[in-house]
Amino acid sequence: MTTAIEVRGLRRLFRGRAGMFGAERVVRAVDGVSFSLPAGDVLGIVGESGCGKSTLGRLIMGLLPASEGDVLVDGRRLATMDRRERARLIQPVFQDPFSSLNPRHRVGEIVGLPLAAQGDVPSAQRRDRVMEMLARVGLAPEMAERLPAQLSGGQRQRVAIARALVLRPRMVLCDEPTSALDVSVQAQILNLLAELRHELGLTYLFISHNLAVVEHIATEVAVMYLGRFVEHAPVDALFHEPRHPYTRALLASVLTPDPGLGIPDVGLGESYPDPANIPTGCRFHPRCPIAVARCSSESPEGRTRDGRLVECLLDGAPAEMALSA
Amino acid sequence: MSSVLEVANLRVGFSNGTLAVRGVSLKVERGETHCLVGESGFGKSVSALALMNLLARGATRSADVLRFQDFDLAKMSERHMAQLRGDKLAMIFQEPMTSLNPAYTIGSQMAEVLRRHRKVSRAQALERAAGLLSRVGITAPGMRLAQYPHQLSGGLRQRVMIAMALMCDPELLIADEPTTALDVTVQAQILRLLQTLQRELGLALLLITHDLGIVARMAQRVSVMYAGEVVESATAEALFANPTHPYTRGLLDCIPIPGKSRRDAPLGSIPGVVPRIRPGFTGCGFRDRCAHAMPECAQAVPRQSAGGDHDYLCRLPPGWSRAQAA
Repeated sequence: MTTAIEVRGLRRLFRGRAGMFGAERVVRAVDGVSFSLPAGDVLGIVGESGCGKSTLGRLIMGLLPASEGDVLVDGRRLATMDRRERARLIQPVFQDPFSSLNPRHRVGEIVGLPLAAQGDVPSAQRRDRVMEMLARVGLAPEMAERLPAQLSGGQRQRVAIARALVLRPRMVLCDEPTSALDVSVQAQILNLLAELRHELGLTYLFISHNLAVVEHIATEVAVMYLGRFVEHAPVDALFHEPRHPYTRALLASVLTPDPGLGIPDVGLGESYPDPANIPTGCRFHPRCPIAVARCSSESPEGRTRDGRLVECLLDGAPAEMALSA
Repeated sequence: MSSVLEVANLRVGFSNGTLAVRGVSLKVERGETHCLVGESGFGKSVSALALMNLLARGATRSADVLRFQDFDLAKMSERHMAQLRGDKLAMIFQEPMTSLNPAYTIGSQMAEVLRRHRKVSRAQALERAAGLLSRVGITAPGMRLAQYPHQLSGGLRQRVMIAMALMCDPELLIADEPTTALDVTVQAQILRLLQTLQRELGLALLLITHDLGIVARMAQRVSVMYAGEVVESATAEALFANPTHPYTRGLLDCIPIPGKSRRDAPLGSIPGVVPRIRPGFTGCGFRDRCAHAMPECAQAVPRQSAGGDHDYLCRLPPGWSRAQAA
């Protein structure tokens, strides 16, 4: 199996001040992310808002330069490629199809733009490829003449998918692609993405806060907390045997439609993570229900067990130690 | 037991001729959570705003019954209504940042709610505000009272909104997608809080949501809305055990459930689009998207009983889905 994407030690800092005379704040939005993903697989990236998952997506797309680290697609560094080349390898689908489509352009032009930007596809051929792609994502040919405002949310997201796929990229980065949609439309879009992946042999990075959606579409899941992957495992292993206490809290907060189960206590307390003020030791320890004294001084970064990344000092430790907190 | 809120045949129309709500009937009992569930544009929020008399100008409202406690809301003057809102009848919205005034401290906004409805001093009002902030799980209420909304996280703001809604001991709390803008872990915390408060204070809660997981975990009673109508109404157990309206079934098939839905098979989906409902529309609003539609569905649809107080708006006989599965 070939590796579709490899990310090595990716970091991105943002510097800012709290007011004109305030102290300088350094936000470590992405703080050392490494992973590799085999071609044809889907990596679901989950985490709460502010954990850095969208910044990670923008770094991988090359929409934002990294402070440190490398992204390799097909073994080649994205940072050294020009935009056209990069566009043939990786394409995005964003959350909000209302703001990611130019409201003045017709659907046909929107989907054809990546081809036009390549500069080497004759316009007659462009038209054919656009129409083929529209059909592929389930849009009728007459949709090519419509403006985004004349489409429903689900249709717009189909247009965004058609635009992402028209260059036949290796990878698609989906950033919350169904979060703005109603559940019945979400199901249609998830089915379409799954179908296209199998037919076209695509590899997806799938960023979402919705664990049920990720469980459905992903083959691997990475849980992100304050800029790092704190757990990364195959989807079944992560859902059946979550090892990081933060993963366990996230899974506990999934509300399946089971009447009578009530609302679980996720046990995370009131404090909220601040990427400008990352705690020492384990970055999760102030919210962790099982933290012990050394969690505030010792770093769990890079810890693996049985070949699986779990950045928790207590992972695999005897139970009595965890209870001595 | 008489219900806190009783609505019969509520209808709301907009000036462009669209009928947003077409004959909604529901009851909310004391100490009960009633969930109004459905997708966007089906009249959930408009129904709530109609109850509060907060509809946009040009919208028309009519109802056979619109009763809250002993008040007839349909006949109530706007002045009287304004006295009721925020007092015995409170509401919280999806995005707490837009419902809080950015220019005033949390304390002054919370105190104002109480002082608008009760003769109390500012100091007394702030004391009650501090008490309620700790009641909703905020650890340093004194500090938070002096802060401005932008200094709080989304979860804290929603806790503040809940505390503010409780300032005058409401009988009915209407919560419109209160956790949709929040992270999943915070969502669980806020819902747990609402559930505890509701039990301890005997609140009647009308919870509007699109999330069937929230419905299952929170509701005693559920009304499923489609295109301005309640298409199915039942207790939560009955609804999830025996969803009978084709839309309810379709909706349940659409959601991925970890450990239950198959990953190698496509999710269920509901084809087609929602019809534009204009005056004179007859028949079932779901018929264009329904796999079981028959020619008769273009005529008036009967409301049938699926046993007990479980009813649904469809021609299919009760138990049709089980017969089909057999």
